[in-house]
Amino acid sequence: MAIFSVFVVNKAGGLIYQLDSYAPRAEAEKTFSYPLDLLLKLHDERVLVAFGQRDGIRVGHAVLAINGVDVSGKYTADGKEVLEYLGNPANYPVSIRFGRPRLTSNEKLMLASMFHSLFAIGSQLSPEQGSSGIEMLETDTFKLHCFQTLTGIKFVVLADPRQAGIDSLLRKIYEIYSDFALKNPFYSLEMPIRYVIPLPRFWSKPPCSPSLCVFPQCHFEV
Amino acid sequence: MTVHNLYLFDRNGVCLHYSEWHRKKQAGIPKEEEYKLMYGMLFSIRSFVSKMSPLDMKDGFLAFQTSRYKLHYYETPTGIKVVMNTDLGVGPIRDVLHHIYSALYVELVVKNPLCPLGQTVQSELFRSRLDSYVRSLPFFSARAG
Repeated sequence: MAIFSVFVVNKAGGLIYQLDSYAPRAEAEKTFSYPLDLLLKLHDERVLVAFGQRDGIRVGHAVLAINGVDVSGKYTADGKEVLEYLGNPANYPVSIRFGRPRLTSNEKLMLASMFHSLFAIGSQLSPEQGSSGIEMLETDTFKLHCFQTLTGIKFVVLADPRQAGIDSLLRKIYEIYSDFALKNPFYSLEMPIRYVIPLPRFWSKPPCSPSLCVFPQCHFEV
Repeated sequence: MTVHNLYLFDRNGVCLHYSEWHRKKQAGIPKEEEYKLMYGMLFSIRSFVSKMSPLDMKDGFLAFQTSRYKLHYYETPTGIKVVMNTDLGVGPIRDVLHHIYSALYVELVVKNPLCPLGQTVQSELFRSRLDSYVRSLPFFSARAG
């Protein structure tokens, strides 16, 4: 039972706020000797497993770390190219950590605008009069809940399929958005929400509860 | 509770079969265009969902709902997609969609040498069996016209 992430999408389909709250990690670390019995390939600037599913390492998983050093894209943190490093027998044995590729911020922007269009198509293909867009999308690993306000802003929450009470969370996020983004004189509409709101010194208790609130900046004490 | 309509797609996006029962609104575009739009939406949802998922998925996308209807989705390993639109009161119906695939499509179309695969299903038997199966479902109500 958990909430995985929150997205706020403006009326044009742009992502204006994103928060990852909890990600269950399906990672596998193994030590390999030369030659590597997995086929790796470069896809979208990432090194992915193309063939050789075994021991929790699945096709489509990305190389996350080599010998404990994190990998970002096709380079390790110390600047070595992953495929070149793993092609050299002198570097073996190596311990490689595999897992689901994490979304980059560009991909999050792209997925947010993709959902924006799916939402519209969902209402166009409705067999009934007066349907809204997608409000809830169900898969076996997560449920996506979406709330669109009258002004066209969409609040999207990804949660565990069995998590209840998401509707009230979405209303609460809308309330917090209205209070802390819209009422902030330094915030311009439709733009990314990135201001840390300096709360007045006497205001030690924000109006929202810290356990429910998804905007950490509400709970800063100045 | 009611069933609005049903689409059957093959893995190339060809609409093999379409039937409707209680559909109150048409999409306002030609049927062929509507099939393409539906297939395109499902295709994008599949890719969207596989990227968004925090864990590795088994069945993948199952259903979505709007304020007025619910779309149920079932895909076989061979890429045949069964899509049924119902109203919001209907729960998970994976077994129903699986039955349409295994007991109707496979039995009456795949095993029928006169039905060429990859084209709209012409078989009248498939059509009528599917219609009577959907009408016999517990959540199919005859009252809504």
